[in-house]
Amino acid sequence: MLNIEKLTVKYGGITALDSISFNVPEKRIVTLIGANGAGKSTTLRAIAALTKPSGGSVRYQGEDILGLDAQKVVAKGISLVPEGRRVFANLTVMENLRIGAYLRKDEEGIKKDRKWMFEMFPILEKRSWQPAGTLSGGEQQMLAVARALMSRPKLLMMDEPSLGLAPLVVKSIFEIIREINRNGVTILLIEQNANLALKTADIGYVLETGKITLSGAGTELLDDSHVKAAYLGAAKK
Amino acid sequence: MIGKIFRNNLTSAILVIILILLAIVFYAAQIGHMEGPVLLQHLVNGISLGSLFALIAIGYTMVYTILSMINFAHSDIFMISLYFAFFSITVFNMPWVLALICVAAATPLVGLLIERLAYRPLRGAPKNSVLISAIGASFLLENAATYLFGGRPKAFPDIPALTRVISVGSVNFQVVSIVIPIITAAILVILINFIHHAKTGVAMRAVAKDYEIARVMGVNVNGIISLTFIIGSVLAAVGGFMWGAKYPGVTPMMGVMPGLKCFVAAVVGGIGDINGAVIGGFILGLGEVLIVALFPGISGYRDAFAFVVLIVILLVRPSGILGSPVAEKV
Repeated sequence: MLNIEKLTVKYGGITALDSISFNVPEKRIVTLIGANGAGKSTTLRAIAALTKPSGGSVRYQGEDILGLDAQKVVAKGISLVPEGRRVFANLTVMENLRIGAYLRKDEEGIKKDRKWMFEMFPILEKRSWQPAGTLSGGEQQMLAVARALMSRPKLLMMDEPSLGLAPLVVKSIFEIIREINRNGVTILLIEQNANLALKTADIGYVLETGKITLSGAGTELLDDSHVKAAYLGAAKK
Repeated sequence: MIGKIFRNNLTSAILVIILILLAIVFYAAQIGHMEGPVLLQHLVNGISLGSLFALIAIGYTMVYTILSMINFAHSDIFMISLYFAFFSITVFNMPWVLALICVAAATPLVGLLIERLAYRPLRGAPKNSVLISAIGASFLLENAATYLFGGRPKAFPDIPALTRVISVGSVNFQVVSIVIPIITAAILVILINFIHHAKTGVAMRAVAKDYEIARVMGVNVNGIISLTFIIGSVLAAVGGFMWGAKYPGVTPMMGVMPGLKCFVAAVVGGIGDINGAVIGGFILGLGEVLIVALFPGISGYRDAFAFVVLIVILLVRPSGILGSPVAEKV
């Protein structure tokens, strides 16, 4: 569904992404793990057209989407759950969802999807008239996910959804990721929590200082000694 | 704390402020032996001046909310709208209602042009650069107007329908003094409804909070910014037209003082908040008129009033009446 070829991003003189290539097959969960500053967020930003890459290609359903405007990328069915949630704190929960569905015209479909969101995140329905800024961190994360889903994406990109959340909340977020995936949405997940991410994902890639150093099935990477040492906290032998 | 209470209820905020002002006024009037009808007349004038300030102040505050910049050229857009009004009535012989509509339609073009040429190329540039650009745009408009229209004041054409004096009991006032608050109230109702309920209005608030994420959600950010300038310019144009009817006399520099005062009004009310701009506008407008009325001895200082209020507010409540302190995240 999404094919990244030799994607390179430079910030000034610094190469943040050095010719990385990976694939996101349809209906799968793909995760990119890596340490701080490895270039994970940059990858998502480049796909979402928030950062201009200096080279490479991003093909989505066979079509080159690199160089498209961010608006066009959403319209094609790619949606982003940004790092740090970034809900519109001054808008109510309802209004946040409305902005999520900004490009859609099918009022009926929007209503149906909103209902789906409220089934998946009952707390959001309770808080629907509250400004998003008054929500707790976990609730904001749920809102960020719901907002992204309101555009009815085919590909959902999530940037560190577990960041700064309590372990229990993290667990429920990951359950929701699986549920969204079961509903036919392809997921590209970026995580520092390598353990949970690899357990959830079908395919994993390890990103280190702007390069992909390892790839494989999620469970395979979980057993990899390098991954274990670097990301899962196991002692090196 | 007080701001919190006010923020939740605009009407009560305005009421409280008006009540406080009224109390001061009546007390002062007692001391100064001012008669009721005279006082009422001053109140009407104060409210209409306050409405005009509010209309212009909204333009400052809306652009600030979206772009975090002070659009110094706003005062000159106001001035340009007065020239547009002048020409549409004197040269094109339009009836005043038609002229008002034309001015409200033409002025936004100037606002858009400035946004395109002076601000958009600097998107992403440091804030100070945009600020300097805004000051440059302001000087450009003032000097262009001087060059094109001459520096000598032009007499704003008399619009009898607006300048007619009517008497209620022993109170005399111009029709325009009543028309201004009514138009302002109508515009405010429409604007606030638009911002809170229309999809584009919601998008506008989203852009103000986080334009990058708004873009990712599919919002046309440049379009929203243009719309903000259009709305601000329309309000300035309506304000300008009414200003001309009430205070005839058009010069290229006439935008400077009202512009400064309205900027102060926006800051006093809490910049970034439309309700704040309205409250600030009324405080300054009513205050200015009433101080002159109650203490004629210091009428020479009328322009200083706005800045005294500004200094006091900045000392007591730097974020303005409705503004919430900005927490910079690190």
